[in-house]
Amino acid sequence: MPDLWSRLNSSLSKTRTALIERFQTLLPRDGRMKEETWEELEEILLTADVGPTVTEDLIQTIKAERVSSLDDIRTALAARLEEIMRAELPRVPTHFTPPLVILVVGVNGVGKTTSIAKLARKFRQDGQRVILAACDTFRAAAVEQLSVWANRVGAELIAHQEGSDPAAVAYDAVQAAIARRAGVLILDTAGRLQTKTNLMQELLKIRRVLGKARPDLPQETLLVLDATTGQNALSQTRLFQEAVPLTGIILAKLDGTAKGGIAVAIQKELGVPIKWLGTGEGFDDLESFEAGAFVSALLTEKE
Amino acid sequence: MLESLADKIQAALKRLRTKGKLSEADIKAALRQVRLALLEADVNFRVVKNFIGQVQEKAVGQEVLSSLTPAQQVVKIVQEELISLLGGGTSQLERSQDALNIYMIVGLQGAGKTTTAAKLARLLAKEGRRPLLVAADIYRPAAIEQLQILGEKIQTPVFAMGKQNPVAISRAAAEKARREGYDTVLIDTAGRLHIDDDMMTELIEIKAAVQPTETLLVLDALTGQDAVNAAGEFEAKLGLTGCILTKLDGDARGGAALSVRAVTGVPIKLIGVGESIEALQTFHPERLATRILGMGDVLTLIEKAQETIDADKARDLEQRLRRAEFTLDDFKEQLEEVRKLGPVDQLLGHLPGFGKIKKMPGLKIDEQELVKVGAIISSMTKEERLSPGIIDRRRKQRIAKGSGTTVQDINRLLRQFTDMKKMLKQFKRLEKKGQVPPLWGPLPY
Ligand SMILES: Nc1nc2c(ncn2[C@@H]2O[C@H](COP(=O)(O)OP(=O)(O)O)[C@@H](O)[C@H]2O)c(=O)[nH]1
Ligand SMILES: [Mg+2]
Repeated sequence: MPDLWSRLNSSLSKTRTALIERFQTLLPRDGRMKEETWEELEEILLTADVGPTVTEDLIQTIKAERVSSLDDIRTALAARLEEIMRAELPRVPTHFTPPLVILVVGVNGVGKTTSIAKLARKFRQDGQRVILAACDTFRAAAVEQLSVWANRVGAELIAHQEGSDPAAVAYDAVQAAIARRAGVLILDTAGRLQTKTNLMQELLKIRRVLGKARPDLPQETLLVLDATTGQNALSQTRLFQEAVPLTGIILAKLDGTAKGGIAVAIQKELGVPIKWLGTGEGFDDLESFEAGAFVSALLTEKE
Repeated sequence: MLESLADKIQAALKRLRTKGKLSEADIKAALRQVRLALLEADVNFRVVKNFIGQVQEKAVGQEVLSSLTPAQQVVKIVQEELISLLGGGTSQLERSQDALNIYMIVGLQGAGKTTTAAKLARLLAKEGRRPLLVAADIYRPAAIEQLQILGEKIQTPVFAMGKQNPVAISRAAAEKARREGYDTVLIDTAGRLHIDDDMMTELIEIKAAVQPTETLLVLDALTGQDAVNAAGEFEAKLGLTGCILTKLDGDARGGAALSVRAVTGVPIKLIGVGESIEALQTFHPERLATRILGMGDVLTLIEKAQETIDADKARDLEQRLRRAEFTLDDFKEQLEEVRKLGPVDQLLGHLPGFGKIKKMPGLKIDEQELVKVGAIISSMTKEERLSPGIIDRRRKQRIAKGSGTTVQDINRLLRQFTDMKKMLKQFKRLEKKGQVPPLWGPLPY
């Protein structure tokens, strides 16, 4: 599969033509935008899961700029979206004392375990010693799943039995990571719906165990979101953020037909930056987030 | 599950309720809110467009029935249209008495297929069937082990052939089932993208090989606008007979259900409402629509109650829940009954008005919290339970000591109790005014 960049780059050039073609018929001769043009624009944004509030807001902003051509609309829209999506934060913290500890959280089935394998793969390629902690002690065979990935990417695994206390796994893992001088420790957690208060408490407990081992841990807490998720992703980000402060988001499953437009609303309203994109089921299918490419893909119709 | 959508539609229509007559402009204003709410609930853009158009058409120029206020009339139309959009009636799973029933379970990655397969096996086993689970996901690491562990939990055999071809696995499983007298086969297939041609072909081949009774799409209730693309492709390429909606136990508004039904015509047959193996229920469009309109889902609660406790107790619980004059004793007893029914947040979500209670600050629906509440009430004297007003600081300290809690815990409980009483009083009022029809009538036992 060609990597995301080349795909996104080709879509970048396709974007202009696609948008222009789409609007061509709607453009009146005097250059002013017809109501249908705005409706089309609304449809593009809404069907990308950007959500009604942010869509309305974007359209009002662009209307206020008194655009007179399709090119203007496109440029204005893309610029505004990029402005929202551009996070100034580094993908991986630049100054930290090893091990780098990454706690990974999210609802059921979004792609946490697979994304962890992908991250581990990146650090392994970088020559780091990586430990994975199987804190999903709830789902059947979750430990086995992570163990398969650990083998594949050449990471070490810390695991207890199914049904055991995830915080105890986290404790052993962080002790091992420090003792073995590992470069990176990534903790997999069980999927949980953000409304289950007791399960969210459990995350806090895991976090506390890490913080007790060393106050600066974990340096990263990443929320995995499924790109096919609609407006509920806002609630997910908000409630996970309340339980454990998030440092970033991994947006998985972007290789389907979903655009992941909810990321725009999340950035705009909650300010949690997207750091990584999941683009497949293999361990190499992880791309770093780049605002320009993301916005282009968002505005391009997938075939 | 759909509290927020219900709240919004209700808020939008509240204005109509208070006005005597309806103008076209009023309807438009209300429907704008409905449109927004539906979009926020992830109902597909085009489905929303059609829906609003239909309601508008029906509402404008319709004679207001003498028995209804104009607002009630609009609510009625919105409700009717929602029900029809959701498919009208309940769709049962196809079951043949004499032939082997094969259910093929398909869907995107992470939708919840494996868990749903096991839940369905348990449900059918409870009906007296002999199911065989089939591990046909040879791709995801430990997917086979996951199904095997679940099978063990529900004491249902799992057919696995390692990483051999899923078509061959499915065929062999069907043969084994016929040979060994199973009456039901559930094939757990791997998650896949609807645009992955090779993987879709695999499904087509499995389907051709085993001729399933039903091909069921498992759809995540959290899905956004893309639901219609995915479901549409599965339907077009493979042909579906039903849909199972999962993860409805959170705060997902589940607009995907409306979209998929409206766009593909495939009926939703079951819903997943929790991680436990029992959390699979029949889908009732009218209940979902009623719920969307903010009238709760008492029927689901009663049904669940009946499954767990006897009908008498259920009716009793129902009555207590609806009674405004309850005491702390009732409160405790009620909590204990409710606790037997399963995760509390799930249950309360079914009750009218409780969607709002859940959002009240200070009232966290939490199992551990309930254990505490029980302990606190047990440590009160009889008078204190009957008239909580007399509980002063000294009494609070005594109760805290007795129950191993803190004064803050007791304050919180008393506040919750007052809130709940207020809520129930409001309900009684609404009920008297006849504003909570039609579910709020006599309950069928
Ligand atoms: N197409 C696609 N599938 C993915 C991606 N990430 C994960 N998956 C699949 O989604 C399913 C659930 O993933 P898993 O990592 O087990 O999710 P978890 O429950 O959050 O840990 C698996 O079938 C994965 O192969 C992705 O970026 N693209
Ligand atoms: Mg996992």
